[in-house]
Amino acid sequence: MSADYSADEMMSVAAARALHDCTSCFVGIGLPSTAANLAVRTTVPDLVLIYESGTIGTRPDRLPLSIGDGILAETADAVVGVPEIFNYWLQPGRIDVGFLGAAQIDRFANINTTVIGADYEHPKVRLPGAGGAPEIAGACRRVIVVVRQSLRTFVEQVDFITSVGYGSGPGTRERLGLRGRGPVLVITDLGMLRPDPQTCELTLEAVHPGVTVDDVRAATGWDLRVVDDVATSLPPTDEELHVLRDLQARTSRA
Amino acid sequence: MRVADIVSLTEGVARLVSDGDAVALEGFTHLIPVEAGNEIIRQGRRDLTLIRMTPDIVYDRMIGAGCARKLIFSWGGNPGVGSLHRLRDAVEHGWPVPLEIEEHSHAGMVNRYIAGASGLPFAILRGYVGTGLMDHYPESVATVTCPFTGEDLVAVSALNPDVAVVHAQRADRSGNVQLWGIPGVQKEAVLAADRGLVTVEEVVDELEPVAGQVIIPGWVVDCVAEVPGGAAPSYAQGYYDRDNTVYVAWDAISRDRDRFAAWLDEHGMPPAGVRASASEPGGGDQAGVRASASEPGGGDKTGVRASASEPGGGDKTGVRASAGDRA
Repeated sequence: MSADYSADEMMSVAAARALHDCTSCFVGIGLPSTAANLAVRTTVPDLVLIYESGTIGTRPDRLPLSIGDGILAETADAVVGVPEIFNYWLQPGRIDVGFLGAAQIDRFANINTTVIGADYEHPKVRLPGAGGAPEIAGACRRVIVVVRQSLRTFVEQVDFITSVGYGSGPGTRERLGLRGRGPVLVITDLGMLRPDPQTCELTLEAVHPGVTVDDVRAATGWDLRVVDDVATSLPPTDEELHVLRDLQARTSRA
Repeated sequence: MRVADIVSLTEGVARLVSDGDAVALEGFTHLIPVEAGNEIIRQGRRDLTLIRMTPDIVYDRMIGAGCARKLIFSWGGNPGVGSLHRLRDAVEHGWPVPLEIEEHSHAGMVNRYIAGASGLPFAILRGYVGTGLMDHYPESVATVTCPFTGEDLVAVSALNPDVAVVHAQRADRSGNVQLWGIPGVQKEAVLAADRGLVTVEEVVDELEPVAGQVIIPGWVVDCVAEVPGGAAPSYAQGYYDRDNTVYVAWDAISRDRDRFAAWLDEHGMPPAGVRASASEPGGGDQAGVRASASEPGGGDKTGVRASASEPGGGDKTGVRASAGDRA
């Protein structure tokens, strides 16, 4: 039994499960890194983890605080420079999944990590910026996003497009010449959303145990579409929780 | 053949970094030239254009201390912790001086360095299209058509800093620099820049080969300074680990202007508005600095503004001439 778990734990477990058929993953720091490291210990032991610091096929024994911690280099199959990781490895579309976080995400899964506020020159909040995300979102064969869901993060339209999801809807990615498919799944602490195959609009597909569709609607800044029969995620197994907590314990000891 | 001069950090900064320069202190999480950044603050440099892919707590300090008028970057955060509060205060409130920003993606920045190091005016990549970055910086991002396929691609302008500052594990006595572990973009930054300052953990007689090493020959570097621990609280593979506690603690220090001013004071660094004398490398008039630092909120803003109103300040000609003498 595993009745006691947090919404964040459910999110990390769901995100790790989502990588089940993934071969290589370009990992963003934070929530994506937690889920990717959980995945290699549960569902996909041979998943190739790639961090933008140039560490390819890395196997950290704890969660790195930054994308370039020493543990990533020490356990990697290959360590390359930043020019090479972006130009040789990411750009040609060699990497299966880009695993990203977001400060804001909109109806068409466009991501903002740049500024909050409509006036770019005078932002209400200055966020860290793009990092590797725009090209990860463009070049990886598909993108999975993991983000906590609230009216702050799920907005009708992002204040700034840092990374393109589906732009203004069907046809945008093709028109822009983006070669990857774009976001195929968004995992939150409340449930999971997928782009509608026709409209590209993020649509609620599953809720986590104990969460209602109305809860998710209340945390979404647009009129959320919902599939006809919404699934309920399987709760974390004892094994998943044990591995996740062990990983986090080793991280805080380090 | 020209070799790099082995100098003290104080002398290296005094010789190579001038007011108004475009300065790139590079390091991708690993081997961040933290002590060199601290020394630039101590020497009171002003009106710098700071360039870095991942400005972290070093640039947060430099910006909060009033060293910079512009920041060119691609990701400005405290890795694994959160915001850079001095950077945010400068962008959101113009404190202690207004900070112009120019932002890119990592792929864009790295290709700008590659173009700079290659002696080309621009580099080409698949990137930026559809993002807000494309609209805001037409001076450094544009589309270009492939002459062979007709495909539209993105061009980013070359970065050629006046000076690049990097940290490495070792150098020999001719200033040949050896680094290993995550190599980042340091070699490209040095080759793209007019002048190069490298701090190292140790200067040795002979560089023993290490797997995965990158060598930066001494003849493309101007000065090498031995600064043990010079990358802390970041790390130097084979020497020491990243001290995550410092990054976590920086959040509270940097959140508050007074706490930040007190931190500068504790570390012998002048706040914005106080100019260390460039002729006294190593921090100028400490007594004067202390007196002014005791005014909470960081001293005389008027003084800062006056100096910021001379764009591109400092006598670059003199600097160039001296760099040329050594060439």
